Amino acid sequence: MPDKPYGQHGVSQGIRKERTMERNYDVAVIGAGPAGLAAALEARKNGAERIVVLERDFEAGGILNQCIHNGFGLHYFKEELTGPEYAERFISELRGTDIELKLNTMVLSISREKHIVAVNPQEGVLEIDAGAVVLAMGCRERPRGSLGIPGTRPAGIFTAGTAQRYVNMEGCMVGKKVLILGSGDIGLIMARRMVLEGAQVVACVELMPYSAGLRRNIVQCLDDFDIPLYLSSTITEIRGRRRVESVVISRVDKDRKPIPGTEKEIECDTVLLSVGLIPENELSKNAGVEMDMRTKGPIVYENMETSVPGIFACGNVAQVHDLVDFVTMESIRAGKAAAEYAAHGETEMPYFELYASRGLNYILPQRARMDNVGQFLEVFFRVNDIYKDISIVVKSNGGEIARFKRDYAVPGEMEKIRIPKKLLTGNEIEVSLKGGEQA
Amino acid sequence: MQYDVIIIGGGITGCAAAYEFSKYEFKTALLEKENDIACGSTKANSAIIHAGYDPEPGTLMAKYNARGNELAHRLARKLDIPFRETGSLVLAFSEEEVREVHKLYENGVANGVPVEIISGEEVLRREPNISDRVRCALWAPTGAVISPWEFAAALIETAVMNGVDCYLSSGVKRISKQDGMFEITAGGEKYRAKYIVNAAGLFADKVYEMAGGTGMAITPVRGEYFLFDKTMGGIVSTVVFQCPTKLGKGVVVAPTIHGNLYAGPDSKTAAARDDTSTHADELSYIREMAVKSVPTIDFSQNIRNFAGLRAVAGNDFIVEESNVRNFINAAGIKSPGLSSAPAIAEDLVRILENCGLTLRRKVEFRGERRVLRMNEMSLEAQDALIKENPAYGRVVCRCQTITEGEIIDILKRPVAPRSIDGIKRRCAAGMGRCQGGFCEPRIHDIMARTLGVPMKEIMQDTAGSYIVTGETKED
Repeated sequence: MPDKPYGQHGVSQGIRKERTMERNYDVAVIGAGPAGLAAALEARKNGAERIVVLERDFEAGGILNQCIHNGFGLHYFKEELTGPEYAERFISELRGTDIELKLNTMVLSISREKHIVAVNPQEGVLEIDAGAVVLAMGCRERPRGSLGIPGTRPAGIFTAGTAQRYVNMEGCMVGKKVLILGSGDIGLIMARRMVLEGAQVVACVELMPYSAGLRRNIVQCLDDFDIPLYLSSTITEIRGRRRVESVVISRVDKDRKPIPGTEKEIECDTVLLSVGLIPENELSKNAGVEMDMRTKGPIVYENMETSVPGIFACGNVAQVHDLVDFVTMESIRAGKAAAEYAAHGETEMPYFELYASRGLNYILPQRARMDNVGQFLEVFFRVNDIYKDISIVVKSNGGEIARFKRDYAVPGEMEKIRIPKKLLTGNEIEVSLKGGEQA
Repeated sequence: MQYDVIIIGGGITGCAAAYEFSKYEFKTALLEKENDIACGSTKANSAIIHAGYDPEPGTLMAKYNARGNELAHRLARKLDIPFRETGSLVLAFSEEEVREVHKLYENGVANGVPVEIISGEEVLRREPNISDRVRCALWAPTGAVISPWEFAAALIETAVMNGVDCYLSSGVKRISKQDGMFEITAGGEKYRAKYIVNAAGLFADKVYEMAGGTGMAITPVRGEYFLFDKTMGGIVSTVVFQCPTKLGKGVVVAPTIHGNLYAGPDSKTAAARDDTSTHADELSYIREMAVKSVPTIDFSQNIRNFAGLRAVAGNDFIVEESNVRNFINAAGIKSPGLSSAPAIAEDLVRILENCGLTLRRKVEFRGERRVLRMNEMSLEAQDALIKENPAYGRVVCRCQTITEGEIIDILKRPVAPRSIDGIKRRCAAGMGRCQGGFCEPRIHDIMARTLGVPMKEIMQDTAGSYIVTGETKED
């Protein structure tokens, strides 16, 4: 009715009266991208019987389906695959099991009790009570609005992933003269794609003094096509009434503020934004899991369990990855743990916390339980700048317990260290960078 | 094509006029230059139905705002327009502003608007996120928030269902008069009418001049805004004004009908009538002003900046038969235009009658309209509907939970949009935190499929705002 606010989910208004609290699935996985697929398969291998994967798109595979370039699988399969090929390996494995895959299925809510409400065209409103839940919703791209770029709001401004979908899935060309803001991997990949499709890519503009993308992508997607990369620069105005006509770029100072007088107008009809990914955690928050402000994902334990017992998170929902291979490996851990939880339920165990200190942007996991750590505790993080000849120092209770050397560390590439269990004290862990030079 | 009355302009004023005229037997058409209604001032504004305490008593603005507020409440119910009576506050932070609030109170009483002065403590009790520097505030319970686009769409759709003809992409090029009839050239067609209602917004003076009128000058006055993610939506639950200045009603912090929050506008004369660009300095001014009212707004939750233009033709609205006989201006409809439109429309009927138009009420007028919105329904109702039509179970816009079925419904309504933004304005798809990143290609595809046109013919917004240039591997 008109008197109440519009645009809010009907969920809160209509929980059914007679609700079956009886568990109808052992493990429910939200999302059938690489994370969800790997988690579901691993849960199966670890004894979970009734598994359902809920996918909002019309097909499984997630964002891999539009990543038609190669470079996937080098770590996990030791061979080079395209995105759809990588996804297909998991999808065909899934087809060989009795894991239920529900497509076109949008999850509307998840409760702490692992009660899921979803909707799809085939079945209408579905309610699921699961023994364990794996959150694998992935991430979304930062839109223009979050950057506050002044100027007009014409057509022709796309996030790189949206443009990738238009070009690779819909077979539509999004423009002829393209400027790319941000040097994230999708932006770099799209620079090459647009050139191969016959467009001119006039520039790639990066706010930071270094690229956010993988080194191999800078070489293969920009350098090989003579696309200029402007570092420490940003768009300070978009021009054009109906369609983009040009943009103004400016150099920025060390506080990333535009330097007046450095403006340069570049003619283009298209702007692609590759300015960061945001883990898609609206459902996680809805389920009441504790969030980490730095990863923008749930706080997780060593086995990817969130602060809500029996709810796990993996893939880009937990931390934004560069390589799908690592998504798979992380999701395998989550899937295994979800199956165990579904079988045995909750067991109280003491835990210790992990902190990102000097030089680190974040750390994952944020908590670990000694009893669950195998031979090694694997710790992931990103550094906050470009470093050469650096030591990664692990301290516990103020005392150094381990040290790892790196010749080179960049924010665009996720770091991983493996701390032997025998070195852990059961007390909090602090990871920081020491020595080396800021390149 | 021959009509009794032709309305020029499909903004809120023109659409409200079309709705009101459709209650009568005379024949009406509306001409809109863009490919959709509500593309000018109605597209980008504060989306508030003002209570009516603000305008100087005795002005047209005072008269129309109070009446328009009452009518908007009724229309929202009858035509199913997203609308919420939030009430509004005007905050006073200094001794001078306390006096200003008392003056607004007197104004409100004179305009017949329910108003009350509440203490600073009472303000903080109701709105704990407002700055504790507040001394007192004017409380106007009938202030409301609305979807301005759905307001306009509901009015024109109802008008068309009741016999009004609406022509989009029909910019008026020429107006002449012969034998007491106007002849209007628009969109390559010729239209004839006894009366013209000029509701051309930012271009009202140009249209008036085409008919031989003189002495009107429209100044476009721009206001810029921040729009925030729904996580900020609950920070205030009422429309929060500051004391008005010479420049306007001051920076507002308010919830939107869709559950977001906005801050704005400022007030700057624009360089051109379509200059809705945003500017770093103006946005930083708005930011500075907004945190005066609500210090805890998290600007990292900004999902969009936009600007709108007010059509200003002096201190008051112009609503009268002009010096050109049978040519009626409804011009200079700046703020509170959105709130006033239904009352202006009533008055336009009276003016037409005074010009000699015979009024006869339609017996079969249909004054009700219902819109299906899945996200407002109970789970049981959603379930039943999906069983009937599976398209209502396919969620296209994830952020706002809008289904394919609802988008197809919009494409089948009278005065259907032909642009992605037209869909957005009617159901909020693409208005959420991802700003269409996921759903835009999908909505694009649904539109092309449903309308049977190639992808490249679907615009982002107005003509020329193409999204794709064609297919890949094309020359």
